[in-house]
Amino acid sequence: MNCPALITFRPGTWIALADSPSLTLAHFRASLLAEIGNGARVASFFGQPGGEALDLFAILANDVRGELGLLRTSIGKSYPALTPDCPQLHLFERELAEQFGVRPEGHPWLKPVRFHNHWVDTADLWGRAAGEHPLAGEMNFYRVEGEEAHEVAVGPVHAGVIEPGHFRFQCHGEEVMHLEISLGFQHRGIEQLLVGGPHPATIYQLETVAGDTTVGHTTAYCRLLECLAGTTVSARAEAIREIALELERLANHVGDIGALAGDVGFLPTASFCGRLRGDYLNLTAELCGSRFGRGLVRPGGVPCALDKTLVATLRQRLETLEPQTRGALELCFDRPSVLARFEGVGRVAAADAEALGLVGVAARACGLSRDARANFPGGRSKGHFELPLLETEGDVFARGNVRRREVYAAHKLLNRALRQLPEDHGNVPLGNLAPAALAVSICEGWRGEIVHTAITDGKGRIARYKIVDPSFHNWSGLAMSLRGEQISDFPLCNKSFNLSYCGFDL
Amino acid sequence: MLSIIRERFRQGHRTGKFPKEAPQLPARFRGLPEPVGDLSLSACSRAVANCPFGALRSSANRLHVDLGRCLFCADCPAVAAGAIMFSNDYRLAARCRDDLLRGEEEYRLAKQLDKQMLKLFGRSLKLRQVSAGGCNACEADLNVLGTLVFDLARFGIQFVASPRHADGIMVTGPVTENMKSAVLDTYAAIPAPKLVIASGACAIGGGPFCNCPETHNGIGDLLPVDLYIPGCPPHPYTALDGLLRLLGKL
Repeated sequence: MNCPALITFRPGTWIALADSPSLTLAHFRASLLAEIGNGARVASFFGQPGGEALDLFAILANDVRGELGLLRTSIGKSYPALTPDCPQLHLFERELAEQFGVRPEGHPWLKPVRFHNHWVDTADLWGRAAGEHPLAGEMNFYRVEGEEAHEVAVGPVHAGVIEPGHFRFQCHGEEVMHLEISLGFQHRGIEQLLVGGPHPATIYQLETVAGDTTVGHTTAYCRLLECLAGTTVSARAEAIREIALELERLANHVGDIGALAGDVGFLPTASFCGRLRGDYLNLTAELCGSRFGRGLVRPGGVPCALDKTLVATLRQRLETLEPQTRGALELCFDRPSVLARFEGVGRVAAADAEALGLVGVAARACGLSRDARANFPGGRSKGHFELPLLETEGDVFARGNVRRREVYAAHKLLNRALRQLPEDHGNVPLGNLAPAALAVSICEGWRGEIVHTAITDGKGRIARYKIVDPSFHNWSGLAMSLRGEQISDFPLCNKSFNLSYCGFDL
Repeated sequence: MLSIIRERFRQGHRTGKFPKEAPQLPARFRGLPEPVGDLSLSACSRAVANCPFGALRSSANRLHVDLGRCLFCADCPAVAAGAIMFSNDYRLAARCRDDLLRGEEEYRLAKQLDKQMLKLFGRSLKLRQVSAGGCNACEADLNVLGTLVFDLARFGIQFVASPRHADGIMVTGPVTENMKSAVLDTYAAIPAPKLVIASGACAIGGGPFCNCPETHNGIGDLLPVDLYIPGCPPHPYTALDGLLRLLGKL
């Protein structure tokens, strides 16, 4: 079926709400499924109250054409769930149900996502006491019954210095039959805090959506505001943002490979990478004073100067770090004992990855060509012809190896970006946001694609802000990778994904 | 084997000389704010009003900074007005909430524990870290204390897996409503006497989520805090310095 209902656009352009027709539910459903069948995937899916009804927006991404598509409909208190026909919507529909108290009829797995009250005044969908905050983790977990089956529950407080989350394993002996992940402990209500904004505190809250992806989320946010305001930032500011994104990627990828090595007991690489990761963070700190890129990206540009001396310092330190990083990584990837532990463990089939809508490193490790740097270059970037870097096995090795190759690619990209830095044109003031408009920005953070969507009200203030961290798609991938694995391999599989709890919980 | 040894030599010795030698921090690092000038009363109140987190207070023509609320951000209205500047001094940890108010007088850095507690924890301190809404920046920069650069264990300090093995709790994040009971349960599971350390702007006063509906304003409202480590996130050396001061090692 041809889909005239779909409005196609590219990141960087906004759409007047009046120009996006609200389809009938049947039309919306048919168009969405047809697009998914044609190779598109769901980048974002959310509701926004419009009078009595709830306006439903679906943002679809077509990686081959580099195009986004918008579908819009309106629903009442319940509607037939899309998840049975489109599994990648399963968390989006649960989220929608939790936020607005609407029931996706026939949803196979309708449970809370983040454990907060409905945003609108309506009866609780799960029959929890009115006027009380829901208890995190209180839901019906999937259970395997049987004399020889047993359950292992872990969290929310874990045995390391990491964020909280709850994991339930259904096991038969050592073998995991099913893993269910229940998050929400980190929920800070960020999307709600943005309503009526941007407020003076907004940029700082965006910097902490996922603190290890500060540059990624602030870049997505700033590009979105700049698009809505019709502001074009200088080529230099965009180049510095891309430099910062690659530095963030380097620090985290190198740290992740070190952690993978540590989990299989190969300590040399674990130790070397622990130090190298810090050295990459320190490069970001040279740029903006903060190891995590706080204060680096602001609407209208980049407030920190990158003068010739600093460029020379960065280039010289990268030159020293590159062979050291290569040495640390090759050591581990050359070792048969390490490879024996990486290969074939935590495998996700490409078909499952596609059905679940995985993004970023996890998707590329399954051979899915999903990299916003190549498919949806934002700002002034023309894209990178050497990306995306793909592996096909979908196991721990593949996820590690995608990272290793991206580390080497990041060095090349940084070298080029620092050599060809455009002339300084300063920052530009952000204009007023377009009223009654919708805009989407996509930015490839180190974990994967970050999608921010904003809808403005009649006065150009934010009426709805939707954040999709790559972790939102990928936690399901981790659960899937554990099927049939030894429970003792959970830490290794978990590290190979290294997903964000607060990026998911918002 | 030989390739591992060869690589080990190539990577070199990387453990820092701290605390014998002061660490080299990036030139743009924002540490302890220094008062640098007086403002008119109206400029003072403008700056106070422009800090989204209420970290500035005016007294006469001077601005004071509450390091418990300050994110050490690059957009500080007091810096723009010329009242303060951020120095490169990473030493920020304090024992009392009131000591975090940075005025003209000397900053009161954390004092060591009392004799009894020092006898118990001075040579071996085990901490249970709990993230309660932390964004993973605080957590990540505490984690690096375990890397060979900082080598926390050489000071007798360790992060442990179980609260039963711990001497104290180190909290990051503003304490989300969804993590409140887990934090309190963890604290209850630690044998007394026990310490509470609030690390980062969120854990001290809610940080960017101060007065938000789904979060509390840090751990201070729920538990008695023994050490505050300011920063968003605190630099690893800020945290290490605070811990060593607490144990009387600096």
